[in-house]
Amino acid sequence: MIRPKLEFLSSETVDRAIDEAYDLLWNLGVRVHYDQALQFLAEAGATVDMASRVAKIPRALVEKAVETVPSSFYLYDFNGEPVVHYGGDDIHFDPGSAAIEIADYGTNESRVPVTADCERFVRLAEMLPQIDALATSIVCGDVPPSMADWYRLYLLLLCGRKPIVTGTFAIETFSIMHELLVVSAGSAKALVEKPRAIFDACPSPPLLWSDITCANLIDCARTGVPAELVSMPLMGATGPATVIGSAVQHTAECLSGITIHQLAKPGSPIVWGGSPASFDMRTGTTPMGAIATMMLDCTYAQIGKAIKPGGLPTHAYLGMADTKIVDAQTGLESASGAILGALAGVNMMSGPGMMDFESCFSLEKLVIDAEIVGMAKRLVAGVDDSEEPLALNVMREVGHAGNFLKSKHTRRHFRKEDYIPTEVIDRDFRQTWFDKGALDINARAHRRAQQLIAAYEPLSLAEDVVRELEAIATRYAQAAGLDKLPERTLR
Amino acid sequence: MSEELFKQMAQSVIDGDDEEAAALAQQGLDQGIGPLEAINKGFTAGMDVVGELYSTGEYFLPDLILGGEAMKAALAALDPALKASGQTREVLGNVVLGTVKGDIHEIGKSLVGSMLSANGFEVYDLGTNVEAEEFVTKAHEHKADIVALSALLTTTMLHQRDVIEHLAEAGLRERVKVMVGGSPVTQAWADEIGADGFAEDAARAVAVAKRLMAA
Repeated sequence: MIRPKLEFLSSETVDRAIDEAYDLLWNLGVRVHYDQALQFLAEAGATVDMASRVAKIPRALVEKAVETVPSSFYLYDFNGEPVVHYGGDDIHFDPGSAAIEIADYGTNESRVPVTADCERFVRLAEMLPQIDALATSIVCGDVPPSMADWYRLYLLLLCGRKPIVTGTFAIETFSIMHELLVVSAGSAKALVEKPRAIFDACPSPPLLWSDITCANLIDCARTGVPAELVSMPLMGATGPATVIGSAVQHTAECLSGITIHQLAKPGSPIVWGGSPASFDMRTGTTPMGAIATMMLDCTYAQIGKAIKPGGLPTHAYLGMADTKIVDAQTGLESASGAILGALAGVNMMSGPGMMDFESCFSLEKLVIDAEIVGMAKRLVAGVDDSEEPLALNVMREVGHAGNFLKSKHTRRHFRKEDYIPTEVIDRDFRQTWFDKGALDINARAHRRAQQLIAAYEPLSLAEDVVRELEAIATRYAQAAGLDKLPERTLR
Repeated sequence: MSEELFKQMAQSVIDGDDEEAAALAQQGLDQGIGPLEAINKGFTAGMDVVGELYSTGEYFLPDLILGGEAMKAALAALDPALKASGQTREVLGNVVLGTVKGDIHEIGKSLVGSMLSANGFEVYDLGTNVEAEEFVTKAHEHKADIVALSALLTTTMLHQRDVIEHLAEAGLRERVKVMVGGSPVTQAWADEIGADGFAEDAARAVAVAKRLMAA
C-alpha cells in the first residue's frame, strides 16, 4: 500500500538548500541576543562577535548537533498513553495557538476572551476525537498580561487529558509552567519519562534569536521538556520572496536553534517546525491561508525530513484561515492547508479553530476543522490494495444483480474505507435538510459545539493535585498583581 | 528640455530605481535646475503616481517602498545644494518612530515609516527594542511632531504606556502627538494609555498622522 506523499523538491534541490543554509550560518551568521547562548556557541567553536552579538557557526558544529537530535519521540496524555508520535510521516493536529481574540457565533465581532472561554475551548477540544492534542490557544484577558502564558496551561491541566502544545511569553514564566507540569505529572522524573507538553520557540526572521527564545530552548533542554522550533520567514517581507528562498532561511534558522538547544543538552527532543507565511503585498498582512504559505510549509518539512538519516520530527501551522467569520473562504483555506500538510507528512499541524492571521479563535471553526482533519487522515491512509484478489470475489458474488449493500464485503469495509463525518457535514436530501431547519455549516457546527461542551466529563484529578496547582497559580498570580484568580466554571 | 528631465525623474520613482533617481538629481543640478524644483516637479510628481497606482491596486507594497527609496536617494543627492540655497523642502511633519522596548519586530514599523515618508513626512526610524528614554531624547532632538510606537506582542505593548509617561515627565507631551500600532493594539488600548492616534495598518497610519498634524 502506498502512502500518498507530496514533495516539492528534487533531492538535489534539497541538498542545495541545505548547503546554502550552512553557508548563511558560517558567512552571514545569526544574531543571538542572549549571552549564555553566545557563550555556548563560542566555546563550541563558533566565531562570536560580542558587540554585534552575531555568531558565525561552522558546519561541523551544526552537523554534530543535528546528529544528536532524536528522529522521533512521543507526547503522552494525562493517563500516560503515548498518543502523539513526532517522527516519520505520522500526522497529528492540535488547535492553533495563542489567540488574543475570540469570535462568537452569530456576530461579526471579535472580543477579548476570558477564563470561561478557555474552559469551553478545552472541553470542546477534548471532545473532538480528530484533534490529537490540546494547545494553549486562548489568551485570557481577565488576568494580567504578565501571567497570561502560564495561566492558559494551568486551565488546560485542570480539565484536559490530551497532550499539550504550549509556549511562554517571557523568560521567567518557563519555570512556573514547568512547575505546573511537574505537579500534574507527579514528579520531574515522570515528566521527563513521559512528556505531556511541548514548548514552541520562535526565532525572529531573519536569523535572530531573542533572549526569550534562547532561554526557552536552553530551559527545555535542561529540564527534558521537548521543544518545537517555530521559524517564520514572511515571503518578501522578513525573508526572500520566493518559496525556496524562504525555505533556505527557515533551514538556517532551525539549524542554528538546534545547535543552541543541543549544546545545552545533547539528545534533547526538538521539532523542525514553523509558521512562515506569504506576505500580502496589497495589505501588508500575513496570510496563513495563501497557497504559497502552504507550499513553503510542505517544502521546509521535506527539508527537515532529509536533513539526517531518519529525518527530524516536523511541525507546521496549517489548517488556518484568514477570515473574520466562518464562511466558505474559511473552509477553503483550512482544508487546503490540512490536506497538503497531511500529504507532506507534517507530524504536528497547529491550526484548527484559528482565523484572522493566527489571532482569533472560533469554536465553530474548530468543530468544522475536526471534520477536515478526519478527511485528511483518511486521505493519507491511502488506497488499501491488500486484498487478493482486489475485487474479483465480491464482483462475482454480487454479479449483475448489482446490490452491494447486501454484501458482507461492504459491511466489512465501509466503516474504514471512507471517513464518516458527523452531521456538521451536510449529506442530507434537500427536503430533509430543509425540515431540519435549513442550517448552514456554521449553525450546524455551533450546535455540535454546544452538545460536545455539555457532554464533556470533568477530569478526575486527585484533590491534592488540584489544590497544589491552585496554590501555585494563586502564588504567582499574586506576584503578578492579581489577588484572586478568576472564578472557574468547571470545578 | 527640463520638462523631459522632470518626466525622467518622476519615472525613476515610478520604477523604484534609486540609482537612476540619484543620477537624474545630479544631472538636474548640473543643468542648473534648482533642487526644490527638481523635487516638486520631478520626484514628488513620481511619488504621486506611485501612490495613485497603489490605491487603484496596480501597484503593491514593494513598488511603493522602492518608490520611496528612489525618492530618498534623490533627496540625498539634492540635499547639499538645497542647504546651500537656503531653501527648505516642505514636510508635513517630523515623526520619530520605533518598536518599543523588549520587542524586536521590525516589519510593521518599517512599513509605516515608508508610507509616512512617501506621503511627505520626515521620518526618524529608531529601530526596534527602543528604550522609553531614547524616544524622548530623539523626539527632543528632531523636534518631533509625532512619536509613533509599534509593538507586536501583548507583553511588550505595555511599554507604549511607558513612553507616553516619559514624554510627559520630560514636558514634551503637550507638543508631541503619540500614535500607537501593532497587532495586539486596539483603539481601546490607545484610549486607555492616552495615545492620540491608533491605526490598524500602514495606509491608515498615514491618514491618522495627517489628521493629527491638522489637529
